[in-house]
Amino acid sequence: MNKQFTQVKHERAKIDGKGLVLGRPAYTDDLAPKDALVVKLVRSSHAFAKIKKIDASKALELPGVECVLTHHDVPRVPITRAGQGHPEPSPKDKFLLDEYVRYPGDEVAVVAAVDEATARRAVELIKVEYEVLTPLIDMEEAETSDIVVHPEPEAYTMFPMGFEPKKNIAATYDMNIGDVDKVLSECDYTVERRYNTQAQAHAALEPHAAYCYYDLHGRVNIVSSTQNPFHTRRILGEVFEMPLRNIRVSKPRIGGGFGGKQQIHLELYAMLVTTKTGKSSKVVMSRKEVFESSFARHKMRLDIRLGSDKEGNLKAIDLQVLSDTGAYGEHALTVFTNCGSKSLPLYNKVEAVRFGGKIVYTNRTPAGAYRGYGAIQGNYALESAMSELAHKLGIDPAVLREKNMIAENQTSDIFRIMGEGGEGVEMMIESCKLQYCLDRGRKMIGWDPKNLRSEVKDGKVRAKGMALAMQGSGIPLIDMGSATLELQDDGFFKLLIGATDLGTGSDTILAQIAAEELGVPSDDIVVYSSDTDRTPFDVGAYASSTTYVTGNAIIRAAQNMKKVIREAVAEKFGVDAEDIEFNGRELRVKDGSKSIGKMKDGTQSITLKEFSYDTLYHEGANMKTLAATGSFSGHVSPPPYMAGFCEIEVDLETGKVEVLDYVAVTDCGTPINPNLARIQVEGGLLQGIGMTLHEDVVLSSTGKMLTNNFMQYKIPSREDVGKLRVEFAESYDPTGPFGAKSVGEIGIDTPLAAISNAIYNATGVRLTSLPLTPAKVLAAIESQK
Amino acid sequence: MTIELKINGRPRRLEIEPGDMLVDVLREAGYVEVKKGCDTGSCGVCTVLMNDTPIPSCSTLAAKADGQEIITVKGIEKEAAEFADFLTAEGADQCGFCAPGFALSVHSLVKENPSPNEEEIRHYLAGNLCRCSGYEGQLRAITKFVEANNE
Repeated sequence: MNKQFTQVKHERAKIDGKGLVLGRPAYTDDLAPKDALVVKLVRSSHAFAKIKKIDASKALELPGVECVLTHHDVPRVPITRAGQGHPEPSPKDKFLLDEYVRYPGDEVAVVAAVDEATARRAVELIKVEYEVLTPLIDMEEAETSDIVVHPEPEAYTMFPMGFEPKKNIAATYDMNIGDVDKVLSECDYTVERRYNTQAQAHAALEPHAAYCYYDLHGRVNIVSSTQNPFHTRRILGEVFEMPLRNIRVSKPRIGGGFGGKQQIHLELYAMLVTTKTGKSSKVVMSRKEVFESSFARHKMRLDIRLGSDKEGNLKAIDLQVLSDTGAYGEHALTVFTNCGSKSLPLYNKVEAVRFGGKIVYTNRTPAGAYRGYGAIQGNYALESAMSELAHKLGIDPAVLREKNMIAENQTSDIFRIMGEGGEGVEMMIESCKLQYCLDRGRKMIGWDPKNLRSEVKDGKVRAKGMALAMQGSGIPLIDMGSATLELQDDGFFKLLIGATDLGTGSDTILAQIAAEELGVPSDDIVVYSSDTDRTPFDVGAYASSTTYVTGNAIIRAAQNMKKVIREAVAEKFGVDAEDIEFNGRELRVKDGSKSIGKMKDGTQSITLKEFSYDTLYHEGANMKTLAATGSFSGHVSPPPYMAGFCEIEVDLETGKVEVLDYVAVTDCGTPINPNLARIQVEGGLLQGIGMTLHEDVVLSSTGKMLTNNFMQYKIPSREDVGKLRVEFAESYDPTGPFGAKSVGEIGIDTPLAAISNAIYNATGVRLTSLPLTPAKVLAAIESQK
Repeated sequence: MTIELKINGRPRRLEIEPGDMLVDVLREAGYVEVKKGCDTGSCGVCTVLMNDTPIPSCSTLAAKADGQEIITVKGIEKEAAEFADFLTAEGADQCGFCAPGFALSVHSLVKENPSPNEEEIRHYLAGNLCRCSGYEGQLRAITKFVEANNE
């Protein structure tokens, strides 16, 4: 498909970029009312405890303290903070405040005071007596432990998902196609290995923040760093037992999310204080709170088995997983199912495939949505095992993939069987340029299967590794986005979207899509997004949905808008609407139109600008606002693909691994804005490299987080990585907006396996437990001697 | 206690508590262009210039700014706007939360070293973390910004 575009597939600077660089007030904490009460949380220092008594008398005596609220003061409604659609596929196991605390950092009480210093002092003055309970820290012990993380009777799920809280099981999932054991037993070559992935922190640079106030009409207004204002409104209504019409949620600019702001967080406590006191309130997390008390990536144990014939035709895959959801079950089931559904279909020609396991509670910081969302963990096991199989077979790992990978006009039964929390959808792959990605990646990195390792001096070895990946584009039949366009005087358009720009540039690329369909310059589209009072519905920014789902909604809105404008101009001219043509600047009666004889006057054309004034100011009793809405929910979720190749250098004396060069050839369909798409991939790669090599949420034996700041939890700096080289395959998905698929997550998936495979090529050791720190690499090298 | 200092060229007198951090005092006084990211001087988000030297304002006592000259990104607005054109042209501004502090560090880099090579750029700016961009786009932007400055 070689379409000529004027707006999409073109670079455009992010519309908010300059203002952000210049530090204009933009983020939640910049905009909070000056008179807002400062809210602080008293948080548990124990991993598991029952609160016996909270003595707030000293705090309440402190001048300036407005209130101290505990579990005695709040409605007891079990919710999930996951920030998902309805009904939520996560257990409802969290109370606003509870008598139990289930991880260090869990909420004990809420303090509101006139200023920061007073609120801080009040927190120190509150005495909490605990009955300290033995915590469950190790997910391996969850099922057999006497400890029950959720003893409360109220927790429930909205549909069956194998929820067994007495056994610490948040959800269970099993899927089976064919007879895996039989097929594996007949294979010429098999590999079997256990992999472990760690909890990773999102580490968005803006700490979570929210403020709340009553407006003139007595409605609750929440402004928050949230990825999904509409879900947030629904969940706040649920927990405060308030009609949704009384709540407005909006988000200003957001300083990064990566899934970490999909979950409901501080909105709960700001709204609690404002509804209790009638006063404005604001709450901002410290970095320590972000680490300890927001969310992290699910830690997983993955047991994988693969088998093939002598020629390397893959016959069976078995992936059995144990996932740690921490203290609460946000995204427990859906991250888990994505672990299989967004990795296993890469190899769609197998005779048998099995996937399943359990998601268990522990007394750790809750796990939640994080870019990659299960796919990254599944991909690590699958793509490491594929390389191991290639070595056993004695063939090039890239060639083994080539033989087995999915291609255009093919499908996988997994698409039909596995959805997010329920069944999936049948999907024929209409765009897949993996072959190009693989070929181009090999060329860029200089892939020579006979020379994947080379010695350099001073005890250092260089090696290459690779991996493929797939992701999705929204959740089919579940995610919905919508957009409204409205013609303004002077001939420009307002674009109202519920979609949530987290800093990705989605406001910008969605304006480009609207402009392309309308045929107008992008500058003539003014975007306003993410406000439950003022924009149409959108599930929010998660699951790689915005470009694909909201983008498609915008195309529909723009098509409807053109129709509405043509009809209005036809009425003005007294001709039939189909006889009006619109080129983005001017509306004119088509030459030779049948209805031309009926024209009211001799005018045959009008500019959009002139017409906009006419319809709003000059048409007497016929004046009207011209607006149109479009909605979209997908039947399918076309996967973006990637081939990732790396070159690393391993210091055999220290175990330190450096990524010298990372090549990522990406098929995301049409990149709507190639620069912004490239940064999405580059940013994803670096988060993936960080997870592979050093990022790790480390706990003490009693469950206290040892990595609760940027000194202990190291995210990559610009000195920690070599070149990242990203290219896009020429690709066009017919179901996407102008051929686009989503691109927010795919970048993070390949580094885990690609770097692990390169370390194997460098050292002959297969490391199986992330992160691959120098200590682990060195120990593995030493054990080989 | 009272401190007297210059902020973006204008004299200011501010009431502070002895333990207040500079970032909080500046934000409270309306300089919300100074963002707060980590509380430990690790991420560079809160960077301001004190007497032309970039410092992390989240781990600098406000009292230390008494009698000193503080520059926020608003104090270098013209240059920051020029740099913003290069950064946004690469799409590397992303969430923008680190950008005001980053722009100040880039300002100091090119002042100290008008023609930095790639290694020098990476090294000088290592304290300015970014979680969105992967740094490549920022590097492309700085390289082009430096080239344009030197023409």
